[in-house]
Amino acid sequence: MTRKRRRLYGVLLGLAALGAATAMALLAFQDNLVFFFSPSDLIAKPPSADRNLRLGGLVETDSVKKLPDGRTVEFRITDGPNTVAVHYAGILPDLFREGQGVVVEGRLVSGVFQAREVLAKHDETYMPREVADALKKSGHWQEGKKP
Amino acid sequence: MSLHRFANPARFLRLAAIVQPWCVGLGALCLLGGLYLGLLRSPADYQQGETVRIMYVHVPAAWMALFVYANMALASAVALIWRHPLADIAAKNAAPIGAGFTFVALVTGSLWGQPMWGTWWVWDARLTSVLILFFLYLGHIALVNAFDDVERGARAGAILALVGSVNLPIIKFSVDWWNTLHQPASVLRLDGPTIHSAMLTPLFLMAIAFTLLFVALLLINMRAEIVERKIRNLRRARAAES
Repeated sequence: MTRKRRRLYGVLLGLAALGAATAMALLAFQDNLVFFFSPSDLIAKPPSADRNLRLGGLVETDSVKKLPDGRTVEFRITDGPNTVAVHYAGILPDLFREGQGVVVEGRLVSGVFQAREVLAKHDETYMPREVADALKKSGHWQEGKKP
Repeated sequence: MSLHRFANPARFLRLAAIVQPWCVGLGALCLLGGLYLGLLRSPADYQQGETVRIMYVHVPAAWMALFVYANMALASAVALIWRHPLADIAAKNAAPIGAGFTFVALVTGSLWGQPMWGTWWVWDARLTSVLILFFLYLGHIALVNAFDDVERGARAGAILALVGSVNLPIIKFSVDWWNTLHQPASVLRLDGPTIHSAMLTPLFLMAIAFTLLFVALLLINMRAEIVERKIRNLRRARAAES
């Protein structure tokens, strides 16, 4: 075996070992690497009331209620099978609307999520407004599907 | 191995002198075309409105951040295994360019995040892993220059570049493996792009422009470094004579 060959195998072996170690570390920290929990996660594993966490999902259709004080909003976040009610007082991002993905940060207090911050999440689809309108008109619109 | 022909510095200098002006010219052309189509002619997005135009700088810069690092890691492997001096020079001079692209991707992403998500920065897996990439670039630059002996610095830098390459798949797949605020990939995905063709054309033009710009900058840096090393060797030889 030449020296070059030996160095080649050494580098490959080192990279393989490093990759395996990284994969194991990432798998072990899986729970800490998620940015938010889904409503189903919260219902399966209810957190303690003083724990600060993030909840993510779609804003349920017909669930947004603006309270008379003008800055308090109540809505529900859904991931399909489960929903969680959210209470928030503050400014909402421009992309916030029913059917939109959002991530809220705050605490779960007796079943209602008291949000301190609301972030909007947009999907990976980009298209001109006219195309989106035409798709909606013709009935081919599917939320989160490519044009 | 036929690649050895290009490992000769004299031949490399001749080739680089021919390739470089073409990269500059074509790159400038693509950049102007991409900016014109992207900023003035492409449609606004149905969700994000005019803000979507940040994409034409942000996405190519982020691609380049990964592409340059992949090249740097490859050059480092070649340098470690086959001991080509040109590979060391390539890796060393790619790092500042890659750091620049990563910085642009981070800043434009932050400017995009504020109006769309409602925040400048979050510690989600995608954003954090790209920040780590930026620090890897900075660490590489510092490490390579920290040694008096050029070869030692290059060796240490090469090992750092290879170790850091585990971050590349993490960045790419972070949006698929974990819940993130950043949306999943729109272009490099198995079922085809989810971007309308009127937006995809300027995006690709910008990506080509950034790639050519990278090649041009790398060649300029590498040529300067080769000349600099020649001068240093000549000085040393003269000092030894006298």
